[in-house]
Amino acid sequence: MTEQAGGAPKPQPRAPRNGPQPTATVEHLTGAQSLIRSLESVGADTVFGIPGGAILPAYDPMMDSGSVRHILVRHEQGAGHAATGYAQATGKVGVCMATSGPGATNLVTPIADAHMDSVPLVAITGQVASKSIGTDAFQEADICGITMPVTKHNFLVTDPADIPRTISEAFHIASTGRPGPVLVDISKDALQAQTTFSWPPTQDLPGYRPVSRPHAKQIREAARLITEARRPVLYVGGGVIKAGASAELRALAEQAGIPVTTTLMALGAFPDSHPLHVGMPGMHGSVTAVTALQKADLIVALGARFDDRVTGKLDSFAPHAKVVHADIDPAEIGKNRAADVPIVGDVRDVLADLAAALRAEEEAGHSGDYAAWRELLTRWRETYPLGYDLPDDGSLSPQQVIERIGRLAPRDTVYTAGVGQHQMWAAHHLTFETPATWLNSGGLGTMGYAVPAALGAKAGRPDTTVWAIDGDGCFQMTNQELVTAALNRIPIKVAVINNGALGMVRQWQTLFYNQRYSNTALHCAPGGDDGAAPPPGRGTRVPDFVMLAEAMGCVGLRCEDPADLDAIIEKANSINDRPVVVDFIVHEDAMVWPMVAAGTSNDEVQAARGVRPDFGDLDD
Amino acid sequence: MSKHTLSVLVENKPGVLARITALFSRRGFNIDSLAVGTTEHPEVSRITIVVNVESLPLEQVTKQLNKLVNVLKIVELEPTAAVQRELVLVKVRADNETRSQIVEIVQLFRAKTVDVAPEAVTIEATGSSDKLEAMLRMLEPFGVKELVQSGTIAIGRGARSITDRSLRALERSA
Repeated sequence: MTEQAGGAPKPQPRAPRNGPQPTATVEHLTGAQSLIRSLESVGADTVFGIPGGAILPAYDPMMDSGSVRHILVRHEQGAGHAATGYAQATGKVGVCMATSGPGATNLVTPIADAHMDSVPLVAITGQVASKSIGTDAFQEADICGITMPVTKHNFLVTDPADIPRTISEAFHIASTGRPGPVLVDISKDALQAQTTFSWPPTQDLPGYRPVSRPHAKQIREAARLITEARRPVLYVGGGVIKAGASAELRALAEQAGIPVTTTLMALGAFPDSHPLHVGMPGMHGSVTAVTALQKADLIVALGARFDDRVTGKLDSFAPHAKVVHADIDPAEIGKNRAADVPIVGDVRDVLADLAAALRAEEEAGHSGDYAAWRELLTRWRETYPLGYDLPDDGSLSPQQVIERIGRLAPRDTVYTAGVGQHQMWAAHHLTFETPATWLNSGGLGTMGYAVPAALGAKAGRPDTTVWAIDGDGCFQMTNQELVTAALNRIPIKVAVINNGALGMVRQWQTLFYNQRYSNTALHCAPGGDDGAAPPPGRGTRVPDFVMLAEAMGCVGLRCEDPADLDAIIEKANSINDRPVVVDFIVHEDAMVWPMVAAGTSNDEVQAARGVRPDFGDLDD
Repeated sequence: MSKHTLSVLVENKPGVLARITALFSRRGFNIDSLAVGTTEHPEVSRITIVVNVESLPLEQVTKQLNKLVNVLKIVELEPTAAVQRELVLVKVRADNETRSQIVEIVQLFRAKTVDVAPEAVTIEATGSSDKLEAMLRMLEPFGVKELVQSGTIAIGRGARSITDRSLRALERSA
């Protein structure tokens, strides 16, 4: 039966994969040593984690490893997000490690986060001894059962002989096809027992066959639709960054002259400054990007998944558009929006093949003419630019703070963000020109992502400036990782966009809950006879983020006056021996615009509160 | 909504059934019936799942199942091109007056009496779900004391085998 381990003969070896040098001989060592040797052999150079009872045997040989650097974090959630930050900044597989029970369950949020955003992550957890599994032993949790719906795959290892093969398979699954998190749970007795090690091991994954080459017929059909279209849009998702396909994307967009919109996960896949770029689509997308999709007659979706934050009310999304949908995951195609031309494949190959097919169409005398469409989009872009008003009372504008950080930071700075208003403002007011410079939690929307992700990104790319754009709500969820950053000399920079409130929730309370601000003021106790909190900006300074930063071994700065803004950012940029935290006290009432209210059609996009753009009539 | 029978070939490994059933519940699909067993190849188990869905969600559930690393192959068996069987064991109240009528019904449906007691008979029957439903309707008036039904299992008609090719894949990958 399926629920029992089969006693079947072991499969025959397959040709070794490309990888590190094979070991000459079979070595005798412990399961724990085998694990560390496996991590070294698979090319892991950085592990974020915290030891504990069940994983303890692995930490002993870790101490002697010449090539694996372990970074001791303060909370396992930080280890997970640091590993995803590392993975997204470097393009390599991120690795985190935790002990059984609570150590493992603390990894669940970053694992779910990596799953939603398709980040290659290998999480290694200790498990209680195999004899104790199922007995509710101390620090026992069924982490394989718990993470089943939020991992690409997971393994429970109780035989030390399986460790090299499992680690090799875990890295292979995490990094190929649609990337994702893989958890490897290893029982303590398997780590302690004597075993043998040889590399490379033989992988045994008969059911794992990701498709990468797109089908030629579908490519030709897509090219035909593109040449026939009058209002096409390239709807670019995070898959283009994962596939390393930015150059191919740019080549195709320029060759065909098709406007490009990049989702929250794809910022940087196409230069913001490019004349064909119409901005980010979705709930807080630019008016031009949202409307370009609504009015398009052809959407070419590339590594994007028609997420509800992009489509708004699905049945009124892009009503006139035919859809070419290219994705490496066949299950994404037709999941939310039916595709007229489905293409399963690596988006880099898809783009290269499409460019060739379009050239062939052109040689046959067929080519699209989208000049009028581009002109129309340019007009919209000029009429409805992303902008903001400065506060009347002379306080700091959060958008201006973020914009100035972007202008004053070195080129190719990596930015991370938490989730909420500051994330959307960062998406709007920073300029992204290259891929893998924008790391955020798009799918799961995990508050607290920014600081640990920045830690991981900086650990992976120590020569790059890393700015975490965080909110004061998010910052209070994971700021303890600044201790990790300070002690390990990982000098990240953190901008706390401090509006004294859970800003995005407060924005919804302003717009949809009659300005009843229930539990969104962060720095004051609920007060007053009606139980309402005082306005957030006038609360206490508890906690004092400058003192908090100093206590954690960082430099703490504060900025309250627009006149000091540039000088303080420059000062933060000049400190490179320690992490820096800047507490930007910003106006509490700033809101994120444009906005499509949840559950409504993207036709209802508002450029600012109560301002509906006027597009006139479009002939079809 | 219509019923679809999926034959899912999976690696015979711990936890695979849990992965499959968890996927159905997470994606909001209901399982009408489920049957699991090994195949002629000990490394491969076969799960027969009957689902009641429209064709679009069926495509989605098939694609999601295919993404599970332990799933080797999924085939939808068309009712006209496959043999589908269920097994029921049913304990029916019987006395000297009714016993012969019950035995007659058992014979009509080519079922078997597998146990007899003074107040009850136990019947074993196999067949399509339609046939078994018809038999149970006939037995109902006598008083059903206990009923147990298996999930549907199904196999395609003709000489072709759905396991052949996936087993070759298994050997190739090995």
